[in-house]
Amino acid sequence: MALVEIRDVRKSFGQVEVLKGVSLDVEEGEIVTIIGRSGSGKSTLLRCINALETVNSGTITVEGQRVSTGMANLRQFRQRVGIVFQAFNLFPHLTVEKNITLAPLLTKKIGKGEARALAQDVLGRVGLTDKIDAWPEQLSGGQQQRVAIARCLAMAPHLMLFDEVTSALDPELVGEVLKVMEDMARQGMTMVLVTHEMGFARNVANKIVFMHQGKVWEEGPPEKLFADPRTPELRSFINSVK
Amino acid sequence: MRSFSLIDLVSLVYALQWTVLLVLLALAFGAPLALLLATARTSRFAALRWLAAAVIQLIQGVPLLGLLFFFYFGMPVFLDLQVPALVAVGVAYTLYTAGFLGDIWRGGIQAVKPAQWEAGACLGLSAWQQFRHIIGPQALRLSLPPTVGFLVQLIKGTSLASIVGFVELARAGQVASAATFQPLLTYSLVAAIYFALCLPLTLWSRSLEARLNGAR
Repeated sequence: MALVEIRDVRKSFGQVEVLKGVSLDVEEGEIVTIIGRSGSGKSTLLRCINALETVNSGTITVEGQRVSTGMANLRQFRQRVGIVFQAFNLFPHLTVEKNITLAPLLTKKIGKGEARALAQDVLGRVGLTDKIDAWPEQLSGGQQQRVAIARCLAMAPHLMLFDEVTSALDPELVGEVLKVMEDMARQGMTMVLVTHEMGFARNVANKIVFMHQGKVWEEGPPEKLFADPRTPELRSFINSVK
Repeated sequence: MRSFSLIDLVSLVYALQWTVLLVLLALAFGAPLALLLATARTSRFAALRWLAAAVIQLIQGVPLLGLLFFFYFGMPVFLDLQVPALVAVGVAYTLYTAGFLGDIWRGGIQAVKPAQWEAGACLGLSAWQQFRHIIGPQALRLSLPPTVGFLVQLIKGTSLASIVGFVELARAGQVASAATFQPLLTYSLVAAIYFALCLPLTLWSRSLEARLNGAR
């Protein structure tokens, strides 16, 4: 059974149907990259996987568990599925250490010393050990995003979702964030990303999913999909982002 | 008629304790109520939001004097409840505080980006944990200047209690003024005492703001 199974998911906001019957599998350890134009439903799909949005019909299961905003153990579920946003969403009133340790301290009942060690460990994995006592606003965008990733890692998630995490960054800062994600991919983390970084999609992902008008238009391994797009929509998309 | 003497000054300072007591009462009961109103006003449930909005609107729409009259004269008539003046006046100031602080804090809570709630939720925190550790502290910082501003209003507003005969600072001033026939001197002193009470509060708020801004 796949780690994530999405079956015929539909989602509307008011009159607008954003997802029009999406089905997708994500295997354990797989890196799935969702590409497509703005408004194709990429981010909405990601938010549905984490139960931030309720689907109108269809099902999403993660680790065999049916996902919905009303699920009984939503909080435990969210601890296993990390999500990183475009806007970082660090807590501005807390230091980097407290940003990372707040949730583990509250939900995993670990001690203070243990929490500090945990913060050091995950900051090491994003290359920011020296920023443990800094305030978010003292960091660059790229550093803030790496802290946001570290904050997720501290929960030891089984699945990580990335929603255009480099889109708000200055071009010279994109690389450092992508490198962290590449490292995570190498270590076997299951990841679903929405991104406009075609280089990353090409080199790191196992599977590319091209979404168009609320549907999975094409999917497959990157080498095949980029070299030989079957649909004119994907062909024109690839040309436009080259 | 007698001249203004030390005794009059002592009577003013003595009455000051009732002013302070009124403020403390209003805060002790009004602040928790305000927090309740602020959270209800920003709740997910429409009925709660509506109810809190109505309560806040009602309290803010009635003059403080009206609240004082209602509880001082109204409680015995409508509720057949004989209560000491301090209780009647205390209830009025408690509601006044709850209505205004509740609205100020509601604004503070809403000024924190919704994405902050979401970030907390995505880490598996409960709604209460999100409020207690993420939203509340940020809202508090944002609400601090208007909160202290209201506190100063409250301190000065307690002078209205003199109208229903409650002997706090302003009423003691009236008494001393009538006895000495020196209203200018007496009321200047009363004003100076109010000022002395409010100034440190404003200064404290400023230093607190600077400190909180530094720690960001």
